[in-house]
Amino acid sequence: MDLKEWFNNRKKNNEIKQAKQILSTEEYCALWVSCFQCRELLYSRDLRNNLNVCPKCQYHFRIGAYDRIEQIADANSFCETENDLVSSDPLKFFDTQSYVDRLNDATNKSGLKEAIITGTCTIQGLPAAIAAMDFAYFGGSMGSVVGEKITRLIEMAIVKRLPVVIVSSSGGARMQEGILSLMQLAKTSGALKLLHEAKLLYISILTEPTFGGVTASFAMLGDIIIAEPGARIGFAGRRVIEQTIRQKLPPDFQTAEYLLKHGQIDMVVERSKIPQTLHRLIEFHQNSVPQALNVEKLKNSPLNHVKV
Amino acid sequence: MTSNKLPPLDFELPLSNLNSQIEALERQLPNNPQLEQEISELYKQYESLKKTIYGNLRAIDRLAIARHPNRPYTRDYLERFDPNWLELHGDRHGVDDMAMVCGLVKLDNYKVVVVGTQKGRNIREKQLCNFGMPQPEGYRKALRCFKHAQKFNLPIITLIDTPGAYPGMAAEEHNQAQAIAFNLFELADLTVPVISVILGEGGSGGALAIGFTNTILMLENSVYSVISPEGCASILWRSADKVQDACEAMKITALENKELGIVDEIIPEPLGGAQSGWDEAAANTKKCIIKHLELLSKETDLVKHRINKYRKIGFYKD
Repeated sequence: MDLKEWFNNRKKNNEIKQAKQILSTEEYCALWVSCFQCRELLYSRDLRNNLNVCPKCQYHFRIGAYDRIEQIADANSFCETENDLVSSDPLKFFDTQSYVDRLNDATNKSGLKEAIITGTCTIQGLPAAIAAMDFAYFGGSMGSVVGEKITRLIEMAIVKRLPVVIVSSSGGARMQEGILSLMQLAKTSGALKLLHEAKLLYISILTEPTFGGVTASFAMLGDIIIAEPGARIGFAGRRVIEQTIRQKLPPDFQTAEYLLKHGQIDMVVERSKIPQTLHRLIEFHQNSVPQALNVEKLKNSPLNHVKV
Repeated sequence: MTSNKLPPLDFELPLSNLNSQIEALERQLPNNPQLEQEISELYKQYESLKKTIYGNLRAIDRLAIARHPNRPYTRDYLERFDPNWLELHGDRHGVDDMAMVCGLVKLDNYKVVVVGTQKGRNIREKQLCNFGMPQPEGYRKALRCFKHAQKFNLPIITLIDTPGAYPGMAAEEHNQAQAIAFNLFELADLTVPVISVILGEGGSGGALAIGFTNTILMLENSVYSVISPEGCASILWRSADKVQDACEAMKITALENKELGIVDEIIPEPLGGAQSGWDEAAANTKKCIIKHLELLSKETDLVKHRINKYRKIGFYKD
């Protein structure tokens, strides 16, 4: 090997090294995803084009709140509300890390301000008030802000006479806000009662996973309850139940299909069919109640502080 | 009152030591009359120590008192409120959950419907009552009684002492979450006054399912939290022995709940906790309930009052 050749080789080797470095493990993983269910290796762009549903086994991946709304709402029809509402730390909560730090972490990881986004949109042409929860932010847990945003969305829907769609994905109430989180169950249920009295439609969509305080309040109060295939939905977690009753639970326990069999939900609808299902439901219930009905009632309702 | 002799709670150890000292001296008293002076001295010491200890309870101490096996339970209160109270049974769909007690009670001049969770005193009772953890059927039984009260325009009193809703397989199959959610939904627009009292443990959704009320009262040593301190410690600290930290962090005591604006009034307990004086605890509770029934009777729109109370709860930056 002469000197020239040696230099050339060195150059080539460096280039190869650099080429390898371009794709760090993280970036490589972002390109390729292994399906949690069938282990099929999926190209992430294909997966995204397929609404984050595995083309082979139909496993429904978790998706973010904005992706969810993009899939359901008509293009450019979504108009976000209450985007400025953010959590404070009323209890000065500190476990191994302070709540404030955890909130910042959650924001950095997910790019969201809270575990829910709310707004108005049209679904295949029909207007609706919509909310989507995001499990990536703090496990989708419900604290003061989530409760408040849902309540404000419902109040706006009553004033504007819109049907409400809430897509849930949550581990339950947020421990870091203690009893205040628990009270959000009552707050949101109270708001839904007013929506009920205004005779407006509320469709609850349950997605992987929906548990605890969220199922024990607004998620289970839908006039119509829809779940995504394979989504796990329940009150207590599987592990807690297994520890309590000291026996193994069936593998399909608490899945959407199990709930359907036990009469807890109306239908299991795959992700690609959700927009058209919502459209059909909203269309079916439209104009079934005369608009004038509630004007008188609204005057006396606790909602009279709501700005129209 | 039960005569169950139980080991003292951790923070009561100095008291029980002093007590055994007094007892030992009292045994010698017949042979040794000059000990009388010393004994009365020790009694004074005992009383002042008791005051100091019970005046400086930590959250975890209150948790221990709230769960004390000699603490009066819902049925004990009901017997003291009205010895002639009438119990109602069943959810009308096939089950009578004994963890939920419902009845018609006269509180002096007020006729009320009482719904409360019941823990059970001995092993057999505990099993019957499922350790105070209602199944979905229990919540539906409660709902039936709420509707009964609504029909006859009777105020509702709910007495809460539960670790939470039962996390079992059948409970999930019978839709525990929906049972709780639907109770909240239906409680929202009852036109009668509804008052809840946390007697001991107020455990999460299982407590709130009968606790969405116009007025919330808490006994001095009761606790009310979003998750059991044990659950919180194991999730956030990943360690079972951080219960004390979890108790402090979650602000579970009556006083902290009052500061947060959740609780309307704290009902005083006798010194040494409700377990040391059932009659006094029941009398204080009854007095406080009647006071708040009178206050609520002046309220013109109870639905609005109730929904607005919870509408305001929550802290956020706008």
